Amino acid sequence: MTDLTSIPPGEHLPDQHLEPVPPTRTSRLPLPIVFVARAIRTLWSNGKARIGLTILTVMILVAIFAPLIAPHSPTATTFQPYQNPGGSNWLGTTGNGQDVFSQLIYGTRVSLLVGLVAGALATIVAVGIGLVSGYRTGVVDEVLSFITNLALVIPGLPLMIILAAYLHGRSIWTIVLVVAFTSWATGARVIRSQAATLRERDFITSAQFSGERLFRVVTREILPNMTSLVAGSFFGAATAAVMAEASLEFLGLGNPNTVSWGSILYFAQQQNALLTGQWVLVFAPGLAIALLAVSFTLINFGVDALSNPRLREK
Amino acid sequence: MAYVRRKVILFVITLWAAITMNFALPRLMPGSPVDAALAKIASSGQPITNAQRRAVEIQLGSPHGSIISQYFDYLKNVATFNFGTSYSFPSQSVSTTILNALPWTLILVGMTTIIAFIIGTLLGVYAGWRRGTAADAGVTLTSTLLSAFPPFWLGLLLLYVFAFKWGMFPLKGGYADGASPSLDPAFIADAIKHSVLPGVTLAVTSLSGWVFGMRNNMINTLGEDYVTFAEANGIRPRTVALLYAARNALLPNVTAFGLSLGAIVGGSVLVEGIFSYPGLGNLLYVAVTNHDFPLMQALFLVITVSMLVAIFVVDLLYARLDPRVRR
Repeated sequence: MTDLTSIPPGEHLPDQHLEPVPPTRTSRLPLPIVFVARAIRTLWSNGKARIGLTILTVMILVAIFAPLIAPHSPTATTFQPYQNPGGSNWLGTTGNGQDVFSQLIYGTRVSLLVGLVAGALATIVAVGIGLVSGYRTGVVDEVLSFITNLALVIPGLPLMIILAAYLHGRSIWTIVLVVAFTSWATGARVIRSQAATLRERDFITSAQFSGERLFRVVTREILPNMTSLVAGSFFGAATAAVMAEASLEFLGLGNPNTVSWGSILYFAQQQNALLTGQWVLVFAPGLAIALLAVSFTLINFGVDALSNPRLREK
Repeated sequence: MAYVRRKVILFVITLWAAITMNFALPRLMPGSPVDAALAKIASSGQPITNAQRRAVEIQLGSPHGSIISQYFDYLKNVATFNFGTSYSFPSQSVSTTILNALPWTLILVGMTTIIAFIIGTLLGVYAGWRRGTAADAGVTLTSTLLSAFPPFWLGLLLLYVFAFKWGMFPLKGGYADGASPSLDPAFIADAIKHSVLPGVTLAVTSLSGWVFGMRNNMINTLGEDYVTFAEANGIRPRTVALLYAARNALLPNVTAFGLSLGAIVGGSVLVEGIFSYPGLGNLLYVAVTNHDFPLMQALFLVITVSMLVAIFVVDLLYARLDPRVRR
């Protein structure tokens, strides 16, 4: 094993094994797409992340083609209520006579949407605050660090519950905003410390001295060196968002008219599905949530392995 | 000492910020939470008393009085633990309701956190030490799956199998119906029986954090020179793993311990809710489902402040364990 103490600080940081970004970019694709494509290509090399990416892709396909896959309308109350699995209702029916399997298929859309959008929003906030706080020293850093620490120590789920309870006229977007607002802090803290280390390194100093504008230094020099950290906070926040959405829906704090995995669980609990023996109503949506969360976690393992060479598979 | 002073100052500022946030949140929300809260009570068929209107207004902001005088009223109320009257439990003050529920959550969350910490840390040490083997893969994979289960979902399934199907544990509550809390051995045995399912749910879903944290720390410390040196000196591998590597790998997990309390208290809202366990989490569950804003707000404050205190204590403890952070 390499003696890490002989490597100058910062040399074993994330992505150092990636080929450096060429100084003259020939690709005409927008920066975010290049960024994501690079991240996915690197992730695919990790076994665990590959499983995660496969599960996620299947779920995305299910969400997109939900109307083609679901045998019935998820909201139609045309079936015999409280049916166990069988016949045309593969997973049985709800107390309102809706087809559970179709609800499960359509529910994929909501969970994926909330997970990905809230995860992305939280990551944008985390990157913004983390970069500025790590790149600038002094009062700006102190204030932003304080806000980050405050957001970090305030218990997330109770805060989400309170926020969601105060807000009226809830839609899926309310939940997205509430979740994003409460889950950016961990990412911001990690990104801040990375930005603070990068700030001191030679190629940043040389970019500054060559007269590059701050925005360009940050987006072209610092950000590409944090691919794995950004991806890590995204998948971390997305996992939290999927769980939070299900929890809020389960508490009845979501929109009861939305068909989501959380709302299936909410109605199952309201109609005492377990006590009437309809365990599929509880089992299936929970398993779907767990599967999506597992896929995000597995992808995050891959990200971890990239950012910490010692965790890489032998 | 500079470290302790900085931590104390930070603690005080954070505490003030959290209390102020609790004041500001309902006032920043669109619409009037007071009217919404009163409308909710009225729609449940309950008549609105003046005392209730007053209680809601003090907590959520009233149109009367400037925002500054409201803020000082609120601070005075917080300092004297005067959180008004909740409408889920109108016969007693919010503080009494919370004080009655507090010990249940403290014991349940405290015990599960300690158990999960010990088991998870040991599993993490083992997985990190045996890195790359089938044993490591087994531990890591199981933890990944367990961490992905929504806690309330696991609770529901345990409830179905062990309480409803097999009748091994009670279906709900923290003690038998009709019993009154006492230190009688029979009561304690009954209370323990009631706490098993919610405890297992919380412990199992919080286990994975310790496993992963400890596994990563172990792998990092196992690569250090002093570990290689100890191995080269012919010290038994088990001794190296436990006494040399694990001891140092444990340190970062101490700070995580403080933060994780918050996650567990948060998770206990839903878990206590489905088990009707008489703790703070269930109280918040009841408050949310009844739109009981005074109770909700007071609970949020209590949960936040206990988190801040826990993290503050852990920070001080960490400084004692690891001299490097004091610099």
